[in-house]
Amino acid sequence: MSAYLVKNVSILGGEPTDLLLEDGVVADIGADLVADGAEVVDGAGLVALPGLVDLHTHLREPGREDAETVESGTQAAALGGFTAVHAMANTEPVADTAGVVEQVWRLGREAGYCDVYPVGAVTVGLAGEQLAELGAMADSAARVRVFSDDGRCVSDAVLMRRALEYVKAFDGVIAQHAQEPRLTEGAQMNEGELSGRLGLTGWPAVAEEAIIARDCLLAAHVGSRLHVCHVSTAGSVEIVRDAKRKGWNVTAEACPHHLLLTDDLAETYDPIYKVNPPLRSTADTQALRAGLADGTIDIVATDHAPHPHEDKDCEWAAAAFGMLGLETALSIVQETMVDPGLLDWAGVAERMSYAPARIGRVADHGQPIEVGAPANVVLYDPAARRTVEPAESASLSRNTPYAGMELPGRVVATFLRGKATVLDGKLQ
Amino acid sequence: MKRHLLSAADLTRDDAELVLRTAEEMRSLADRPIKKLPALRGRTVVNLFFEDSTRTRISFEAAAKRLSADVINFSAKGSSLSKGESLKDTALTLEAMGADAVVVRHGASGAPHRLAHSGWVRSSVVNAGDGTHEHPTQALLDAFTMWRHLAQDGGSLDGRRVAIVGDVLHSRVARSNALLLQTLGAEVTLVAPPTLLPVGIEAWGVEKSYDLDAVIPKADVVMMLRVQRERMNASFFPTAREYSRRYGLDGRRMRTLQDHTIVMHPGPMVRGMEITADVADSDRSVIVEQVTNGVAVRMAVLYLLLSGADGVTGTDESENDA
Repeated sequence: MSAYLVKNVSILGGEPTDLLLEDGVVADIGADLVADGAEVVDGAGLVALPGLVDLHTHLREPGREDAETVESGTQAAALGGFTAVHAMANTEPVADTAGVVEQVWRLGREAGYCDVYPVGAVTVGLAGEQLAELGAMADSAARVRVFSDDGRCVSDAVLMRRALEYVKAFDGVIAQHAQEPRLTEGAQMNEGELSGRLGLTGWPAVAEEAIIARDCLLAAHVGSRLHVCHVSTAGSVEIVRDAKRKGWNVTAEACPHHLLLTDDLAETYDPIYKVNPPLRSTADTQALRAGLADGTIDIVATDHAPHPHEDKDCEWAAAAFGMLGLETALSIVQETMVDPGLLDWAGVAERMSYAPARIGRVADHGQPIEVGAPANVVLYDPAARRTVEPAESASLSRNTPYAGMELPGRVVATFLRGKATVLDGKLQ
Repeated sequence: MKRHLLSAADLTRDDAELVLRTAEEMRSLADRPIKKLPALRGRTVVNLFFEDSTRTRISFEAAAKRLSADVINFSAKGSSLSKGESLKDTALTLEAMGADAVVVRHGASGAPHRLAHSGWVRSSVVNAGDGTHEHPTQALLDAFTMWRHLAQDGGSLDGRRVAIVGDVLHSRVARSNALLLQTLGAEVTLVAPPTLLPVGIEAWGVEKSYDLDAVIPKADVVMMLRVQRERMNASFFPTAREYSRRYGLDGRRMRTLQDHTIVMHPGPMVRGMEITADVADSDRSVIVEQVTNGVAVRMAVLYLLLSGADGVTGTDESENDA
């Protein structure tokens, strides 16, 4: 196996040092390292971070290989600095059996660009009626620990309670898509003055907050772990903050697009900005940033949601919800959190690597860059600027809301167990 | 005027008054034996209707024909929402046929906006009603009707009080009227049960009220909106009877109006629900006149968008002239 000697790199923003990746592990760290036969990478000006872990990715395979495949999605992930992604269960067929999750897991291993951890559906067919065979998925080769009906809410309170209780047997977690279905029938965008004016059915903050509040209470009642997907409102941040203060075992994620973009983009009626939960107000983005800074929001997760062109090149109401996220996530976290001084690089490592790996119970990822640790490392140039060009994406889809936008930073290299998946910003 | 008419907000006061004055000229045509002008000869107007709306479609059709335009009616029931041909492909087809103006009615809010701004077509786009968003030519014909009754002799609608009553939440007519009437200087009050007023209406610059009896004695215009009975199944109000009692315009309420006050309705009416038959058929009612005025206003809009009379229309029209 090849070795890489990264010269003068700043680990988590610290003093420049050399970093030797060999035999799949971090072999040495220190000044003026020498390693015969190792490929030398100039790390000057680069920040080394632990390989990023995404708890919320849609890889679309099986079923929608026109939008994304495990291979193309993991390529996009590697280009974004990720070494592990959790693949959401809303595929066709739904990942609600051991067979489907093992298939996704195996496809990830074969692609080799990043490790794929399938998320299992909570209920059969995501229908919200009957528990899927959670234990079989946990015991399968895919070792599923995260369960979610993402895209739909487990709205039935009894079913949610049972799911929270049941997964305790194998240390699982329920990742809830918090959306009260009756309050969001036909919902198209954030409910507010603009939705009223544009005549687009509103998606009120209370529909998210009511479910989060209920689920926090349920998790506390049965003593289970709860993870809240894509928190989007200031009120949700408050509820999670309060739950944590009470010592309840609740974690939460925020998506890059909810940190940066706001609902006024709907005024274009361009469904490239249509996403679920919807883009919210500036005050909500500020509350999410503050929550991410103080740890109320544990992690950043992309909710990378590829869609074929025709599902976005249409009228708003007919368009699919969702946007790409893997290749731009780190840049947006830099823009919204690091550059304004809300988070340092150690904080980024915590929010985008250590914590998501902990929540997902992923042993081989999310470890500090120390001698002996698996060589899952990303080299990032925070001084670079780039203009997002959709055609350059490794994703099979082009539905990025950042097209033409100039963003800071660039992933220079990604190493998965010491093997370069990305080098010089290019897929290997 | 702008190149497209997508929202009543696209119109400045000068634009709107130009439309009203032009409509007045067009309307006088209706009294002549030959009701046709050659203004848009050789131009093609496409009526692209994704929703059934016979009255709006024939109004635009009559308007275009009286201006000597060629009219193509394209009824595309079953939009991309029901997995038919996409809006985009329909638009490309029309573009290939050489449409100069596309009059579009669509169930999805913003569909005309997409048509105009996605690079699918080069023609002018006129919004003939999109979802629960807007219906700007309806607002123009309503304003024209008010103007003829209340602002004769070159006057304006400044300070005139207009009450718009009913299902504002789902009404594109209410949205366009609220915008346009304010542009023209009128004072608008939206009257509805709280469940049928949109969130954030405070930012519209209009008054709102839950009390119809308190509003109408001061109004110069009372515009009743259609209320679908099905709304009661979604708990917007308890029963049709309760709605009628609280927000319907009946003979008793009509007697509290000022002498000059007119009663309007964009149609189709639900008699006995939001308006009783004796009110709809009374002398105050200008509901039938609204239909006549609709043709004149739509003639004015098509004329101003397509004839280049204001000098702001695009280059492809002048190419067509050559």
